[in-house]
Amino acid sequence: MSGIDQFRAETRAWLEENCPASMRSPMVAEETVWGGRNATFANPDSKLWLERMGTKGWTAPMWPAQYGGGGLSMAENTVLESELRRIKARPALASFGLWMLGPVLLEFANEEQKLEHLPKIVRGEIRWCQGYSEPGAGSDLAGLQTKAVRDGDDYVINGQKVWTSYADQCDWIFCLVRTDTTVKHNGISFILFDMQSPGVSVKPIKLISGESPFCETFFDDVRVPARDQVGELNKGWTIAKRLLQHERTNIGDFGTAQSPQVPMHEQAKKYIGEDALGRLDDAAMRREIAKYQVRQKAYGLTYARVGQELKAGLGDGAASSILKAVGAELNKHRSELMIDMMGTQGIGWQGDGFNDWEIMQTRGWLRSKANSIEGGTTEINKNVVAKNVLGLPTK
Amino acid sequence: MALILNEEQILLKDSAKDLMTAAAPVSQFRALRDAKEELGYSKDLWTKMVDMGWAGICIPEEFGGLDFGFHGLGLVLEESGRTLAASPLVASILVSASAITLGGNDAQKKALLPKLAEGTLLMALALDETSHFSPHKIATQAQASGNGYKISGDKVFVLDGHIADKLIVATRTSGKTNDRAGITLFLVDRAATGVTVTRTQMVDSRNAARISFADVQVEASAMLGELDKGADILDPVLDRAALGLAAEMLGSSLEVFERTLAYLKERTQFETKIGSFQSLQHRAVDMYCNLELSKSILMDALSALDEGRDADLPVLASSAKAQLCETLHQISSEGVQMHGGIGMTDEYEIGFFLKRARVAEKTFGDAGYHYDRLATLNGF
Repeated sequence: MSGIDQFRAETRAWLEENCPASMRSPMVAEETVWGGRNATFANPDSKLWLERMGTKGWTAPMWPAQYGGGGLSMAENTVLESELRRIKARPALASFGLWMLGPVLLEFANEEQKLEHLPKIVRGEIRWCQGYSEPGAGSDLAGLQTKAVRDGDDYVINGQKVWTSYADQCDWIFCLVRTDTTVKHNGISFILFDMQSPGVSVKPIKLISGESPFCETFFDDVRVPARDQVGELNKGWTIAKRLLQHERTNIGDFGTAQSPQVPMHEQAKKYIGEDALGRLDDAAMRREIAKYQVRQKAYGLTYARVGQELKAGLGDGAASSILKAVGAELNKHRSELMIDMMGTQGIGWQGDGFNDWEIMQTRGWLRSKANSIEGGTTEINKNVVAKNVLGLPTK
Repeated sequence: MALILNEEQILLKDSAKDLMTAAAPVSQFRALRDAKEELGYSKDLWTKMVDMGWAGICIPEEFGGLDFGFHGLGLVLEESGRTLAASPLVASILVSASAITLGGNDAQKKALLPKLAEGTLLMALALDETSHFSPHKIATQAQASGNGYKISGDKVFVLDGHIADKLIVATRTSGKTNDRAGITLFLVDRAATGVTVTRTQMVDSRNAARISFADVQVEASAMLGELDKGADILDPVLDRAALGLAAEMLGSSLEVFERTLAYLKERTQFETKIGSFQSLQHRAVDMYCNLELSKSILMDALSALDEGRDADLPVLASSAKAQLCETLHQISSEGVQMHGGIGMTDEYEIGFFLKRARVAEKTFGDAGYHYDRLATLNGF
């Protein structure tokens, strides 16, 4: 048996033994595990699953083993992914630490920082939030004003962040701060600190969807050890941009990841009905759905093509630059179609007359409007593609 | 599911690009148009294409072809779309050779395929009867008569109709006008008694004709495939046709996009390059997004046949054609708009692409047709 075959056999056996039965079914939103000091587990099996996967390092299969990762090669990771798919295993952990912070720590952090933070991310012990946007710094992120002033071995941080995802439930923050007020991009540093530090306060923001996944976060003379700065002083913008690339890949993923369990056209038939030939009884909606399905298919194939190109060492993966914007557009289009086809059942807010699924679609539609805003607006994304991919002049 | 080209395919694509650039630039097509050339295509170019083996690219080796695969033909068509090269490749090879290969008996294959592969026989499919593509809407009658059949009816928008030596005619032998069952295909000589061909001038200056059949007598052996089961051949042939045309449309889309992008970088107004204006930049990115989506869906669809995924073809072909209709429609329109005044002149070539775009959209089903078909195929 070759090494990779042996690895497959061992992986299969391990998963057989360690993946609880209830973790082998499609994820439901309420049971998503975000980890952290105050982690909650709606399903007790998911706690077990996280512990086992985390100990194995398989929540971050390709991170080096000395930092708690699985230490797998690309080939082994492909095997692990296919074995997980085979048994329809749920992700053990959803985490900004895994998706965004970890990759940049591996690239930019010093050894001490990697040993301190990466293993806790892998095991889901610390939940991270992202301190990027500010009231005056959205699309123009580099205009941020939250100040960090050196005082002995510490920085003293003052200012405000906004749109901090789940700040009220997170343990630590990776934060962009201004360490030089005389220049813009070259006066930003990237720093990590505990959200329980004195002087940190958070206030959830109620959104149009009725939910509050984001917060305002205030820093009032927060003391942070200077050793928790990642990379060099005033060189944080490079790290910030790299992290955004990881974030955009994740948001772009929504286009495929959130595809509904029941095909859209079957939902449409339930609400609209069909004609004598079995066609959806609304010609315009029928065409819109078909159009959406073609674009969705083309999007999925573009994702796959970019993967094949990169694997074959072909091209520059330029097509990947459009995945976030197109994915966001598709998800918004899908949400609009869903509530449109439901008629007045698609515009209920709560209470009698609407079932849970309908309310979920309506709230999801409102939530989807953020897809083209968060992680860099679609407009900013297009500016970047125009300049960097199409080579259009800036002036 | 190969979404990248292999080495052989890259070589083929490069040689197609070289030949089209050298022997079939848009200027050559302009000259054909202006000379009101009777043939509507360049014989010289066709000879060169045949010499490269492209006429036989997906004809089986035993019948004189290269058997290189359908994806190969798609790549040649894509490059032909970049220069708007007019040739019998679509009507004779993409459509007719596919029909003979899929539906012909051994005698028909032996008689026709080698000649198609060597470029000496030109053929055309006489299908449409109305202004809207609807391949099962056949009223042209074929009635049993003597040893064979007698054909009567009128066909429109027959690509290469006036230069074809032989026609494949879709007729109704039973059932009602829109029924899928009851369609029968016949091979008819263009020179046969009762066949009247009238060349039509389309906006893209390509070959098309109206053909009327008045009691045209054919032998029973002229039947292609089985009686009443013509749709079993027609449907997969039209999938290939839509897909091949989508490949040509990708070539045109890429060409117009690149020309337009170059213009945005070169044209100065208000003391600055117009490509620095955000509204134009964002529209350029919109086009780029559509192009990338188009490349992916086309690549998957073109490779499906060569990978034995024939069952997926109807959905893939309709998806690809619909997507390319949207993309080329957008890019050909934006191409003219972004070129401003010179985009409206006949002297400038961008308008040629706009004209070809609309005809290509309508050929073998426009976006609306294919969305409708997809909905039906997907059960809604």
